[in-house]
Amino acid sequence: MSGTEFGAVLHEMLGDADVAGRELWRRLAELGVTALAVPEKSGGLGASPLDLVVACEELGHHAVPGPVAESLAAVPALLVALGDAGADGGWLGGLAAGDVIATLAVPPGVPLAAGAEVAGLVLLASGGRVSVGRPGRFYGSVDPGRSLAEVRAGPVVAEDAGEAVERALEFGALACSAQLLGAGRALLEASVRHAQVRVQFGRPVGAFQAVKHRLADVAIGLEFARPLLDAAAVALGEDTATAGRDVPAARRDVSAAKVACAEAAHRAARAALQVHGAIGYTAEHELSRFLLLVRALVPAWGSPAEHRARVLRELG
Amino acid sequence: MTGVFRAEVRDWLGAHVPAAPLPSLDTAAGFEAHRAWERELAAARLAVVSWPAAYGGRDASLTDWLVFEEEYYAAGAPARVGQNGLFMLAPTLFAFGTDEQRDRILPRMAAADDIWAQAWSEPDAGSDLAAIRSRGVRVCGGWVLSGTKTWCSRAAFADRAFGLFRTDLSAERHRGLSYLLFGLRAPGVTVRPIRQLGGRTGFAEIFLDEVFVPDSDVVGAPGDGWRIAMSTASHERGLSLRSPGRFLAAADRLVALWQRSDSADAALGARVADAWIGARAYQLHTQATAARLASGADLGTAASLGKVFWSELDVALHETALDLLGPWAEVRDGPDGRWLEDYLFALAGPIYAGTNEIQRTLIAERLLGLPR
Repeated sequence: MSGTEFGAVLHEMLGDADVAGRELWRRLAELGVTALAVPEKSGGLGASPLDLVVACEELGHHAVPGPVAESLAAVPALLVALGDAGADGGWLGGLAAGDVIATLAVPPGVPLAAGAEVAGLVLLASGGRVSVGRPGRFYGSVDPGRSLAEVRAGPVVAEDAGEAVERALEFGALACSAQLLGAGRALLEASVRHAQVRVQFGRPVGAFQAVKHRLADVAIGLEFARPLLDAAAVALGEDTATAGRDVPAARRDVSAAKVACAEAAHRAARAALQVHGAIGYTAEHELSRFLLLVRALVPAWGSPAEHRARVLRELG
Repeated sequence: MTGVFRAEVRDWLGAHVPAAPLPSLDTAAGFEAHRAWERELAAARLAVVSWPAAYGGRDASLTDWLVFEEEYYAAGAPARVGQNGLFMLAPTLFAFGTDEQRDRILPRMAAADDIWAQAWSEPDAGSDLAAIRSRGVRVCGGWVLSGTKTWCSRAAFADRAFGLFRTDLSAERHRGLSYLLFGLRAPGVTVRPIRQLGGRTGFAEIFLDEVFVPDSDVVGAPGDGWRIAMSTASHERGLSLRSPGRFLAAADRLVALWQRSDSADAALGARVADAWIGARAYQLHTQATAARLASGADLGTAASLGKVFWSELDVALHETALDLLGPWAEVRDGPDGRWLEDYLFALAGPIYAGTNEIQRTLIAERLLGLPR
């Protein structure tokens, strides 16, 4: 299924107001989305990171709530990496089937687990130790569609799993970047639609050069973030496939993608709010879901500042 | 193929790129030094790798052309003095010229026997190019040109020029324009070099007083000049004018400068990272564009996205370097003077080939569908 086809299915599904939480996840599982990052031998599709990016971008494009980067990307990547050491806990099959929704915290960079209230599996990765945790204190996110929880450590799954945890962080950042790019696209589309029909001073506001140029800049940002995202996915895929993998190059590309997608989505959000005016500043308007999702995801899985610093380190 | 080609280009450049930079191509001596360098490239059949072999090229794919460019900039090889002809006129002749024109013009261009200048703008026609007033009057066997062209890159020392002229005074704006070629030392042509911001004569004003152009130097049909020139403009804005190699090489030098500087300024570090990320994005984007073009797609308005991106990246990258250099940033002839020279060059990017304001309007109206 292409990104466009998947987008159309999502659009129809999300039009149904009753579909949310676990029911939404069950439907995503039926589409195969939850199985993408799970290997075939564990009941998944063993899809490439590029396929995962296509799916996550569409989920972002529709502001689908829930632990998307966590359950679809980071946790499967962690468990696959641990599985090589025989410590995957048998959860991968449940993730692929959609029976298990998973999330994790990786302090200090990812201090809180997103979507823990719907998750059947909550992991804590700290100092190379991975344990099955349970949600502690819950916090509210700027995005009302997202919950955040501290994770209290429970039974240990693996020790000295630093490499597997890094893998989880790379996949979390990759999926989060894809969500941001998708949300950014949606914000640009909404801005263009609004600017075409909203009339002030007897003209559609989109006829004013100040509006045109601002939205052109949004389009440029999104256009040049995409190739970085694709390259990061390819680098992580090669990373899996080859023995002599180029881990620093993959890290550098993932960080470049996160910076570019976060900046492009942020620019799209600021422009969208400004172009919509007061109506965009209301909780009822659909725009708010995207504005707040972007605000939540920009610092998630490594802030732009952290990823810029990592790009510089990897280049050195 | 690509790996072998890259190795050949790298080896050849390693053995031939002058150790000391050539004098500026915007001086008479520097221009000729750059012409000699072009001839060395041509002799190795590296001047125009993407052209057909019959005209001095190697029939290389766009992807291999990008490889050539990456190696060329990474080696710090001299600026291409023939750039206007190679990357603007030549694609136009491939698309719209006659066999006779291609056979006559392209081999001499590849060998740097003729170096071409562009003659688009006029004193009253800059961003609004369709306002041009220089005209061609029909005579037996050709056209007689009169008028003024300005901001003509390389015209101070070049041999020939291409531009648009109004050949049908009864037609309005975009109609009635023809794409014509003329010699810069032909009777009736006066060239007045213009000193640029950086003090050098990178462009010139051209005065035409009844200059005869034969029918064989009309590209495409008379009156069809606007359409033909716009196809050239998309080349100029798009991947052929500014290949990613230029920005990648500069970004790598910027990262090295950052490391050498031992600066603890995180804000500057972030700008260095952004410059590198931008250069990488442009490289990857161009590779994807090359693949699309190879499968028959047309660049069209999408070229405007790239033009704004690379020209602003270029300025930001060089401003970051200057900020890293601190008090040495203003020194033109010091060890790091190249950053300043390249910065002054980069400042023109958001203006030429259609200002970035024009590009943003094109993006908004033609790609996004906002009302005119």
